[in-house]
Amino acid sequence: MSQTQLRGSEEARRSDRRTRKRQSLRTLFQLAGILPILLIICILFSVLTPNFLSTGNLINVVRQASINIVLAAGMTFVILTGGIDLSVGSILGVTAVVSVLVSLIPGLGALAVPAALLAGLGLGLVNGALIAYLDLPPFIVTLGSYTGLRGLAYLIANGTTVINREINFAWIGNYYLGPIPWLVIIALATIIASWFILRRTVLGTHIYAVGGNSRAARLTGIKVSWVLLFVYGVSGLLSGLGGVMSASRLYSATGMLGQGYELDAIAAVILGGTSFTGGIGTIWGTLLGALIIALLNNGLTLLNVSFFWQLVVKGLVIIIAVTIDRLRTRYQT
Amino acid sequence: MTTSNVVSAPTQPVLQMRGISKSFHGVYALRDVSLTVFPGEIHALMGENGAGKSTLMKILAGAYTADTGEVQINGEMVRIADPNDARKAGITLIYQELNVAPNLTVTENIFMGHERTKAATFLQRDQMRQEAAALLKSLGAGFGEDALVSTLSIAEQQQIEIARALKDKSRILVMDEPTAALSDRETEQLFRLIGQLRDDGIAIIYISHRMAEVYRLADRVSVLRDGEYVGTLEKSEISSERLVQMMVGRALGDFYEHKSHSSSRTSADSLVDSSGEAIAPSSPSAPVLEVKGLADGRKVQPASFELYAGEIVGLAGLVGAGRTELARLIFGADPATAGEVFLNGKKLHISSPKDAIANGIAYVPEDRKDQGLFLEMTSRQNITMNVLGKRSTAGVMNFGVLKQIAADAINNLGIRVASPATRAIDLSGGNQQKLLVARWLAINPKVLLLDEPTRGVDIGAKSEIYRIISDLAAQGVAILMISSELPEIVGMSDRVLVMREGHLVGEVGGTTGTKITQENIMAYATGAKEVSQS
Repeated sequence: MSQTQLRGSEEARRSDRRTRKRQSLRTLFQLAGILPILLIICILFSVLTPNFLSTGNLINVVRQASINIVLAAGMTFVILTGGIDLSVGSILGVTAVVSVLVSLIPGLGALAVPAALLAGLGLGLVNGALIAYLDLPPFIVTLGSYTGLRGLAYLIANGTTVINREINFAWIGNYYLGPIPWLVIIALATIIASWFILRRTVLGTHIYAVGGNSRAARLTGIKVSWVLLFVYGVSGLLSGLGGVMSASRLYSATGMLGQGYELDAIAAVILGGTSFTGGIGTIWGTLLGALIIALLNNGLTLLNVSFFWQLVVKGLVIIIAVTIDRLRTRYQT
Repeated sequence: MTTSNVVSAPTQPVLQMRGISKSFHGVYALRDVSLTVFPGEIHALMGENGAGKSTLMKILAGAYTADTGEVQINGEMVRIADPNDARKAGITLIYQELNVAPNLTVTENIFMGHERTKAATFLQRDQMRQEAAALLKSLGAGFGEDALVSTLSIAEQQQIEIARALKDKSRILVMDEPTAALSDRETEQLFRLIGQLRDDGIAIIYISHRMAEVYRLADRVSVLRDGEYVGTLEKSEISSERLVQMMVGRALGDFYEHKSHSSSRTSADSLVDSSGEAIAPSSPSAPVLEVKGLADGRKVQPASFELYAGEIVGLAGLVGAGRTELARLIFGADPATAGEVFLNGKKLHISSPKDAIANGIAYVPEDRKDQGLFLEMTSRQNITMNVLGKRSTAGVMNFGVLKQIAADAINNLGIRVASPATRAIDLSGGNQQKLLVARWLAINPKVLLLDEPTRGVDIGAKSEIYRIISDLAAQGVAILMISSELPEIVGMSDRVLVMREGHLVGEVGGTTGTKITQENIMAYATGAKEVSQS
């Protein structure tokens, strides 16, 4: 009797362990997600082009990805709540112009970076306020700011390129800490800060909760509108950071800077396995997604593939990667 | 078995399902199930959640295919591999979630997917509209064929589905809990319509949990349990005791944790019965929650009542009477236009759920998937969602504390999960409900508002939830329990408040001197007993 009981509990424990194993496998899959595809692309390019795997080239790839990583990090916050931010490229344009213009003002040059970041944050908060308090659809609100802010960027740049050869924050875009460019360090720091907020803070869990079930979130006492305001604010702030990075790298800015960046940012988030309806996703996936896009750009350029074909390949890879992801999750559960 | 069998014998059954088995991932959902239905009968199909009713009906409707077994229609073998086969065989299933497109007209919905066309391309609008009008007339529908479906009530949308079945000349109509979202009056209309369909010779398979409906409508009842066929009762044999026994495989016995939670108020209950006069409780403690004239100007008319520590107050009424709306007003989920709420004598200013929670008021909503759970998040996250900030530093969570809270809750409430990291979506309905209760217990509520706490939960988990509720009352939590299941209200409540059409119309039990019975509650809920509000 006691023996059978013992065996019974032993069995229960074993099946318990099995489910737990299956769960950790699933988490691994979710985390790794797109990693195999990244590796395949790496192997393919390293076979096809000898220079691809050199440390110099790889650092170069991450540097090229850095601005998209920063924008995509902000986009991850937004998409996790089930929203979308189409205005990140336009905010980047506005803030890049702002940073160069402020750096040109005698005596106020030191305020260039804070001014650009604050402008980005402010514009993001306007998006967020319209979405959170007037209950407008994110797609429509940010489509409006996408268009309007692009115009604003041209207006404050007066339709020309604003240049500052002596820009006081040139280190951001052009200097190194040891062998690593500051652009890369800023991008990775952004990812780590995002991870910390999403996974370690109360607010982060609330972001997932709002994206997973906003009605339940409200009935749980979560201030849903505050969470929304926060994510669009973060997206705007990081777009401002992207603007600073671009302006610093180029010593200049134009009204058209950042055009189309929103699509690369969205692509990175989706490639990274974040659900478009919200509630599911990781910042690590977004990092991998942004790296895949940069690797493709780099590898295809090394292979002398024409820009037109690069676009075609990039589009196909996005669709194929998401298809694989969908098939995998369908058969898993 | 009995004489009634002989009566129905001459007719040929319109449907015979024999030896149906179906398993999912090696687990039997149905095992050797048989069902015989005659034309012109209302055949109720009963069983607990997970008993296999839905699976059986989905096989009939072609949504699933059976592993083994055969289906005969009018004595002929048919193969039902997909929904189109079922349609051709004259079978229509009306799901609980209605299958209508709200953006289209009634006519377009009736003919959806099977439009009348000329040359397989051009719609024959006029012909379809005429046919739709004729169908609606035969149903006695109160709306036109050109009405936009989004402007119709649930009951009317249901009639569209019935019209679709008639258009397809269905001989077997399966209805899954058709009255779940209907008002009393709409239910009456539906019953008349079902009766009319039966008289026209259509066989109706009626899935319901509501004993009263089965009593009233069914010519015969078949019961499934754990995927197996238990038996069929003729009309004369139907009794709730027998049905419950067939469904659960045991007598009901002491299913409800009975009302021993004693507030000073209920102790007067027994005295009242004998003397016939209410005896005021000797020293009534002050109420925990006082609601005065709370209203939303639409669905809740000024309502006033009190809740005392340690008592379970049932809030009964028909669907649509305003019970959920009243609870949501107290909780701050919807804005009140009038009235006040006092907690321990102190007036509260509640403008959002956050305020209510801060004051120790908890609300477990009726639709746990839609309004309660975060399905993709872990059990631990679901349990601790209200207390994430506990012992956090500058918003950074203290995982050790949260893990302990979740582990304690899982242990205390007997939540069956593989690990606290199991996602809520992977749990059974009963365990999901317990997750929600656990989330609210984590804030140590003084007042607990429960909205349909056992809906969609199997009988085993039900009795566990009843035990949890009773334990909470014993610990001094004041509990308001909304339920549409009268036996549950009667079994659990110390006293019962009844709502009808937005008004709090009466109280049963407690100091009122009336006994808590289904009849007394229904008398208020249906308006059989009118009470002057003054």
